[in-house]
Amino acid sequence: MNRKSLIDRLLQWETLLAIIFVVVVLINISLSPFYLSLQNQVNLFHLSIEKIIVALVMTLIIINAEIDLSVASIMGLAACVFAFVWDDGFTLGTAISAALLVGALAGAINGFFVAYVGLPSLVVTLAGLIAYRGLARVLVEDRSIGDFPEGFDALGQDPLFGPLTFGIILFFIGLAIMIVVLQRSGFGRKTYVVGNSIEVAEYSGVNAKRLKMILFILSGLVSAIAGILIAARLGAVRGSTAEGFELDIITMVLLGGVSIFGGSGTLTGVGLAILIILNMRNGMSLANVSGNAQTGVIGLLLILSVLVPNLLQWVQTKLNDPRTSGQT
Amino acid sequence: MNQFWRNIRPEQLRELSLVLIIALAVLFFGSQIENYYHPRTFNRIASSVAILAVVAAGQTLVVIMRNIDLSVGSIVGFTAYFTGRILVNSPEMSPVAAIILAMLMGGGLGVINGLIIAYGNVPAIITTLGTLAIYRAVLVNGANAESIITSALPTWLVDLPRLNAFTFGEIQIRAVVLLALIVVIIFQLAVTFLPWGRRLYAIGSNPHAAEMAGLPVKRTTVSVYAICGALCGIGGFLFLARFGTITVVAAQGMELQVVAAVVVGGVNIFGGSGSLIGALLGTILIATLEQSLLRWRVISEFWRDAVLGLLILLAVTTDSLILKNLRSWWGRSTQTDSPSPATHQAEIEVEIEEVAS
Repeated sequence: MNRKSLIDRLLQWETLLAIIFVVVVLINISLSPFYLSLQNQVNLFHLSIEKIIVALVMTLIIINAEIDLSVASIMGLAACVFAFVWDDGFTLGTAISAALLVGALAGAINGFFVAYVGLPSLVVTLAGLIAYRGLARVLVEDRSIGDFPEGFDALGQDPLFGPLTFGIILFFIGLAIMIVVLQRSGFGRKTYVVGNSIEVAEYSGVNAKRLKMILFILSGLVSAIAGILIAARLGAVRGSTAEGFELDIITMVLLGGVSIFGGSGTLTGVGLAILIILNMRNGMSLANVSGNAQTGVIGLLLILSVLVPNLLQWVQTKLNDPRTSGQT
Repeated sequence: MNQFWRNIRPEQLRELSLVLIIALAVLFFGSQIENYYHPRTFNRIASSVAILAVVAAGQTLVVIMRNIDLSVGSIVGFTAYFTGRILVNSPEMSPVAAIILAMLMGGGLGVINGLIIAYGNVPAIITTLGTLAIYRAVLVNGANAESIITSALPTWLVDLPRLNAFTFGEIQIRAVVLLALIVVIIFQLAVTFLPWGRRLYAIGSNPHAAEMAGLPVKRTTVSVYAICGALCGIGGFLFLARFGTITVVAAQGMELQVVAAVVVGGVNIFGGSGSLIGALLGTILIATLEQSLLRWRVISEFWRDAVLGLLILLAVTTDSLILKNLRSWWGRSTQTDSPSPATHQAEIEVEIEEVAS
C-alpha cells in the first residue's frame, strides 16, 4: 500500500464524516424549528461538555497506540475527592487542588504500569476503571454530596462569555492547544511515531516510556478537570458520577478515524465525529427517541464507519481489475 | 528436582499458584468471619461463580485468539430477558428447549459479531463496543418498559438454582454449578485436543503466520464468536433462573467482571496463551473475594471494587515479571538434553572459538 492511497483514504474518511454531519444537520432542521436556535446549539455542547473535553486527550492516547478505559472512573473519583474535601470544611481552592492532584496521581499509576512495567494498557486501565470507581465509592459511600458555593455551581451552569459557559470555552481552548501540540510540535510528532512502532521510535532516540507516562498523567489530569466540571454542572456528586462515560468518549475518537492500532488519526476527524454525535443525540432527543436507542444508533454508526469504507474498498478492487484481484 | 520443573509448564505453575491464593484467601476470611466455614458460604460463592464461569469460558476462547468480546454483558441481558419473556408466554416449554433457545439466541448475536470482525475487517474492540450498545438498545426497545417477574415464571425455573445434583458430605453440589463445570471441562478438552482448539492458539500467537499457513482464520473467528455468544446464552439462562426478576439493565457491566476474571486467570490479553481452567480459577478467586468482603466487618463493603482492581494489577504484574523469565528458562531447559543453561553457554563459546581459529 503506497503513501498516496493512504492519504486518499484519510481524505475520504474526513469527507465521509463531513457528509454525514451535513445530512444530520439537514435532518435535524427538518425535525424541529428549535434546532437552529442559539440556545439549543449551546445546550448541545453544554450537556456533553465533560465527555468532549476528555475525548481530546483520549485522541492522543489512542494515536499513541494505547487506550485509557479508566477516564470515567477518574472523573468520578476526582469529583468525589473534591466533594469529600469540601464537605470536610476545607476551602474551595484546596478541594479543587486535591481533586486535580488525585487525578494526576491516578494517571501516573496507569502510566507507570504501562510504560515502565510494560503491561498492556487495556488491562491496566481496566483495573483502574474498577479500582478508581471503588475508591470513589469508599469516599462517598451511598451518600450524595452537594451544597457547593453558588459561584462554583454557576461556573458549571451559567453562561460566562456571551452564551458560552466556562466548560465550552475551556473545550475550545483545549482544542486549540491540542491542534498545536499534535500538528505543530515535536511532542505531537513523537506521539505519532511511537504509535506507529514503539521499537522504531526507541531506536530513533525517542524516550517512548517518558512520552507514555506524560500522556497518561495528562489523561488523568484532564479527566479530573472534567470531573470537577461535572460536579459544578450537576451541583451534586455521587459514587456513580460519570459512570460509563468511557464508551461514549472512545466512540467519539474512533468514529473520528483514529486507528485503534495507533499511529494515525487527526483532530479534524475527532472534531467532526464529536459534532456528528452531539447533533445526532440532540436531533434524536428532539424526535423523542429514548437515550438507550440513541446509544444503540451511535454504536451502529461506529461499526458502519469502519465497515462501509472497508466494503467500498473491496468493491473498488473487484471493479478495477477483476482478473488480478485474487493475487495481491 | 530439575526433572520435576521440566515436566510442569509455567502455565500450570500459574494455575497452581492461583489455587494457593484462593486457599489462602479462604483461610484468611475463615479466621476473620464467624461461621465462614458453612455450606451456605460455599453455595453462595458457587452460584455466583456458575454464571460468571460460563461466560468467562466463552471470553477465554475469544481472548486466546487475540480478540475481545465487550458485548457479553449485553448478550447475557438480552438472552435472560427474552428467554424469560418466551417462558412467561409459553410456560409449558421444556427446560431443555428453553436452554437451547437461549443458546441459539446468544449464538446468533455472537455470529453477527464474528461476521463483522472476520469478513468486515472491523477490529474486534470496535465491533463489540458497538454491539454492546446496539444489543442493549434492542433489548430496551423490545422490552417496552416491562420487566420479567419471578411469579410469572414456571416453577421448575424458579426452583432450578436450589436443585441439587448430588450431595458431598455436608456440601451440596447444585445442578447449575455442575452445568458450569461441565461447560468448562468440555471446552478445556476441546482447546487441548481438537485441531480447532489448537488453531485458536496458533491464530492468537500470530494471526499473519496462521493465515500464511493456510488456517481458516475467518471461519474460526466466526465459530469462536458464535460459541462465545451461545455460552453467554447459557449465562443468560442461569441469570434468569437465579434472579427471577429481570429488568432491561440486567447484567450491565458484566463484561468488565468477565474480562477481569479471564485476565486474573492468566489468559494473555494479547492472545496465544491461557487456559479455561485458569479462567475458572480467576472467576472463583474474584467471586470468593466479592462474597467474603461483603461479610468482613473490618472494612466497609465499598472497598470491594478497589480491592478487585488492585488484584487484577497484581495478577498481571506477577504474570509479566515472573512468568516471562520462567517461560524462557523452561523453553531453554526442555529444548536440548544438555541440562543447564550454563553448560549450553560453554558449548557455544567453544564453538565460537573453533570458528574463530
